[in-house]
Amino acid sequence: MTSARLMEPPPNAYAAWPDARGRFGDYGGAYIPETLAPLVQDLGRAYEEAKASPEFQAELAAHLATYVGRPSPLHFAERYSAAYGQGARIYFKREDLNHTGAHKINNCIGQILLARRMGKTRIIAETGAGQHGVATATVCALFGMPCVVYMGALDVERQAPNVLRMRLLGAEVRPVTSGSATLKDATNEALRDWVANVDDTFYIIGSVVGPHPYPMMVRDFQTVIGLEAREQILAAEGRLPDALVACVGGGSNAMGLFHPFLSDDGVRIFGVEAAGDGLQSGRHAAAINGGRPGVLHGNLTYLLQDTDGQITEAHSISAGLDYPGIGPEHAWLADVGRVRYLMATDTEALAAFAACSRLEGIIPALEPAHALARLPEVCAEVGPGGVVVLNMSGRGDKDLAAVAPRLENLA
Amino acid sequence: MSAGRIEARFAALAAERRAGLVTYVMAGDPTPQASLEILKTLTAAGADLIELGLPFSDPMADGPIIQKAAVRALERGMTTRATLDLVAAFRRTDAATPVILMGYLNPVMSFGLKAFAQAAAEAGVDGLIMVDCPPEEADALSEALDAQDIALIRLATPTTDATRLQVVARGTRGFVYYVSVAGVTGDKAAEASRVAPAVAQVRAASGLPVAVGFGVREPEQAADIARVADAVVVGSALVEVIAAAAEAGADPAEAVSLKARALAGAVHAARQEPALG
Repeated sequence: MTSARLMEPPPNAYAAWPDARGRFGDYGGAYIPETLAPLVQDLGRAYEEAKASPEFQAELAAHLATYVGRPSPLHFAERYSAAYGQGARIYFKREDLNHTGAHKINNCIGQILLARRMGKTRIIAETGAGQHGVATATVCALFGMPCVVYMGALDVERQAPNVLRMRLLGAEVRPVTSGSATLKDATNEALRDWVANVDDTFYIIGSVVGPHPYPMMVRDFQTVIGLEAREQILAAEGRLPDALVACVGGGSNAMGLFHPFLSDDGVRIFGVEAAGDGLQSGRHAAAINGGRPGVLHGNLTYLLQDTDGQITEAHSISAGLDYPGIGPEHAWLADVGRVRYLMATDTEALAAFAACSRLEGIIPALEPAHALARLPEVCAEVGPGGVVVLNMSGRGDKDLAAVAPRLENLA
Repeated sequence: MSAGRIEARFAALAAERRAGLVTYVMAGDPTPQASLEILKTLTAAGADLIELGLPFSDPMADGPIIQKAAVRALERGMTTRATLDLVAAFRRTDAATPVILMGYLNPVMSFGLKAFAQAAAEAGVDGLIMVDCPPEEADALSEALDAQDIALIRLATPTTDATRLQVVARGTRGFVYYVSVAGVTGDKAAEASRVAPAVAQVRAASGLPVAVGFGVREPEQAADIARVADAVVVGSALVEVIAAAAEAGADPAEAVSLKARALAGAVHAARQEPALG
């Protein structure tokens, strides 16, 4: 990747991507089987029409307000700032307060409204931790549509409460035993379902991944996070923040927060990847820090892969970050240097999980706990008087079982 | 030779007024050593073209039978390099049968597009099918393959409409692979009567022979397709036989030979008997 090529259009137009071919610099695109190619192109056209439709936007806004509970508050984390801010003021964007307990629902509402607009009658989705599966099952219940959720058999075991939630909401959960029986395999299986059910089925992808237009569309549906945060921080501080921080698996909560600030040169932006047992251990989920570019699930991006180009398994205590790829827009933002991608290990995330619970009365999901873990470094960089906004992308109730065996180590 | 080997084979089939049998097996399944014997057996049994699966960890367009074959191959240490070595070894025993690699883009990209094209040409590969690389994303790959005279074989499907067929047909060489059903490999096959008009349309748009695959399992089905297409592709049914033989401790080459012989007999004789119905 030559940086000269990646720098066009001019560096202050970060928000202008992707291009018509779904590219963010060299990343993205639509690498899909021929059977799906016409469908994905139809989807792109339908989305552009919906995006430009005042009726669609009004319907979306109404559901976000009365069903999801938006806007989500921006909370000044006073005690967390005192403990870790080194003079900087830390704010949490409370996506954990959304209906279903995470940012995922923002995107699901948008996509199911689009599915209805396109006349599709059946919804499929993939899920890792189950958060996107629950959000999809939720909107399917809301609109009375049949829903099939593909979930790795290993995740079905690890995330039993979410499996129960999805079933309660009326969704059919299909355990996937192929490959490593985790999120990437669930995604493969959802794609296979789509290939075999092209006429009636809409695939609600849960992150800023997949073939174009998904990375752009999911990002757009999540930018409500950043647009609100921008307004809220201006009201609270009278100025833009010095830094943004968010965890990155596929990266939808992060893109949602970052995108409305990409052109603000003064705002430093940090993504935090899951380092699992540490980058050196080889057991991690850090696609940018520990991977290289390749093609998976329809797009060109950074991937965990071996020397032969076989995709390798990701490892993280957080099932929501346990994915061997990352959204193509993140790959590009990393290459051009607009966003810096840091890492946090399982142990660091657990410590932050406990600290946030005690200092703020907020039990964070393990995913944003990774972002919390890097606050000391980010705050040191912005210095005393600085303002930092962190995306509290989900609540931690779902993680109690995973955390319990290690709780005594947190005292 | 390369792409020319494919053209020569289809020309010969046309001259003989018969359809061809394309057999698909996964490179390295059940073991890298057994693969070479399987390839030789397939041509001896009457396969006209060889399609060889390039193993990938995440085969999103394949059904369970071929997914498992990829897992077996990868577990035995199969790689892209070893797949090319397998082709080279086969090529030393057979100079005429076209070999087409079928797989996914990432291992090829990881190898390097130009390096892969060069190594594939040296090994005697004639064509490449990249399941997850539609024409819109194929420029760099096409360029690399063209430089080595390897055909990038395109797929057309029931969702490919007439307008899009022009895009698919542009720049394709060798033959067009018509995927007869919207589904993954090993799914149910389409009826020959429904395939016939699609084949005619693809042939007209591309000016190339059309091979039909996905879901063809039995000789009778293969014969029905052979009456309307230039070639019939059989994959999952052969891979299943290989898996069962390996599981039972039998010789996979011998087992697959029986199945391939039955398929080849049916495909080759299909146009010499009156069509049923």
